Amino acid sequence: MQPFKPVLLEAVGVPDGNSLASYRSRGGYAPLERILREQQPADIIEMVKASKLRGRGGAGFQAGLKWSFLPKDHPGPIYLCVNADESEPGTFNNRILMEDDPHQVLEGTMISAFATRATTAYIYLRYEYPHAWNRLQAAIDECYAAGLLGKNIQGSQFSLDIYLHRGAAAYICGEETGLIESLEGKRAWPRIKPPFPAIEGVFRKPTVVNNVETMACVAQIARRGVDWFTSIGVPADPDNPRDPGSYGPKLYCLSGHVEKPGCYEAPLGITARELIDGFGGGVWKGRRAKAAIPGGISMGLMTEAELDTPLDFKGPGTVGCMGLGTAAVVVIDETVSIVDFLHNSCRFFAHESCGQCTPCREGTSWSLRMLERIRAGKGRLRDLDILLEMGNTMGMMPGSTICGLADGAAWPIKNAITKFRDEFEEYIKRTNPEGWMVTDPVPALQIVGAH
Amino acid sequence: MIAHGRRVITDEMVAEIEALAPRYPDRRALVLPALHIVNRELRHVPLDAVVDVAAVLGLPPAEVQDTLTFYQFFHQAKPHGKVRAFVCRSISCALRGGDELLAELCRKHGVEPYGTTEDGSLTLEPAECLGACDFAPCILANDDLLKNLDPDSAAAALEEVKARAAAREDS
Repeated sequence: MQPFKPVLLEAVGVPDGNSLASYRSRGGYAPLERILREQQPADIIEMVKASKLRGRGGAGFQAGLKWSFLPKDHPGPIYLCVNADESEPGTFNNRILMEDDPHQVLEGTMISAFATRATTAYIYLRYEYPHAWNRLQAAIDECYAAGLLGKNIQGSQFSLDIYLHRGAAAYICGEETGLIESLEGKRAWPRIKPPFPAIEGVFRKPTVVNNVETMACVAQIARRGVDWFTSIGVPADPDNPRDPGSYGPKLYCLSGHVEKPGCYEAPLGITARELIDGFGGGVWKGRRAKAAIPGGISMGLMTEAELDTPLDFKGPGTVGCMGLGTAAVVVIDETVSIVDFLHNSCRFFAHESCGQCTPCREGTSWSLRMLERIRAGKGRLRDLDILLEMGNTMGMMPGSTICGLADGAAWPIKNAITKFRDEFEEYIKRTNPEGWMVTDPVPALQIVGAH
Repeated sequence: MIAHGRRVITDEMVAEIEALAPRYPDRRALVLPALHIVNRELRHVPLDAVVDVAAVLGLPPAEVQDTLTFYQFFHQAKPHGKVRAFVCRSISCALRGGDELLAELCRKHGVEPYGTTEDGSLTLEPAECLGACDFAPCILANDDLLKNLDPDSAAAALEEVKARAAAREDS
């Protein structure tokens, strides 16, 4: 594994690293000041397009392209929303960025606002991050005091206000149109698209929603240049004109059954095994891995044999996972029952489904009830086929829901059952020796679900 | 402005809400910030407070209540404990004993999940991923993240948070 000096995590462990003075000493805000003096918004959009930066929130859409969907010559206002509702199980890289280097996030936000001609940026921060809230608010206050935020910043005619907005513990607010609805004070029901937020977003105005780590990447691209960014990672496949590549450094979150859980920075394309062994000190207690989540629980499961998959935007898909997601790797050791894993996943999505689309609302809660029944020793082999059928039919990809939450709920079901079917069947037969073969309807258990 | 005659939100809360108003082009965007302000002070948002907030924001109370119930975050029937502890049960914590931790803490304090101790000092709630998987299993207790817990260390850490909350109450 090539040694890689952290860039996005440069401030981690630096005493007082979250302060404006410390950030400036690392070269921070000089790029912003140069941009405000010398460049036009279109230049910055071109820079980010050329960097081939793909959004770090999960979907991996090209950030520069997203910005270019904004209407030209719009009278404004245009809004920038920074998605800091990080809630994907296993994921905490945004928390670390906001706590340890809030100014990096803010500089990226300012440059992005300049590029998109936004004059108000909202950072939608999940409720569970009070420390990040305090750090960000302190950093914002420092910026106002230093003339980096407010009206006519450094005489550039560019004005920007950044406001923190606190969520209320709902995973769905991480979906960009759910975030917009929540910011407007409503229930966070994702919107049908089109219109996309770039055309009609928050307060019915053109809006860009970008992840916290994407903002940090923008700050670093402005500081270190496009060539630096594209020199890192996995180049686009020259035989596939639709492959935008996987460029730049990435924050990988490693947790679960490893010796050293943590957030580690590496070039995109590191394999899960390199991450686990090289950074994480291996699987804990000298055990073997049974499986690993490649990028947050909604991306599904890789088996131990699949751990050599590169964690770039393309890799996890080659082994049947949904994608890179948030690049949060959760290791599951050989002692864990795959039934328990899937129960945990189904419980999460049943709790977090917003209830708007029937296939997701019903599918997530029924899958949980079925897993509870299986764990209670009342499973039938037929349940596995029913679960797979639900997994194959709920979501944006099968075309039955408005947002991707249901796809994320479906993927662990599909991956777990197809990759570990023998274990499920053995469990069901062992725990329900009298009834595993029954195919009659099952009386409903109690209703579950929250939002 | 307040029509129902049982006003439960204070002038200070209203002033704090109004101070945020210039940030948004639409007063409805103040719903969540306002609910957070009320909840911070009252440790719940009773229906009367919903009516008050709606009056302040110029919204039908039903719209505020609609938003409030969606999040299932704000207690409504009665206040949560002086310490509100969210015990993470999502995958990274569950793999390291999060479910058992919640069960043990509930047993020790004699409450069901989401319940509050009789003295009102502590509410124990299961939570989905707290975003601190590097410290699993973890608890968010008021503004304190309690890390790398087992049932004993969690109980001790919660006592500290409770002591701080009680001290703040007295001061």
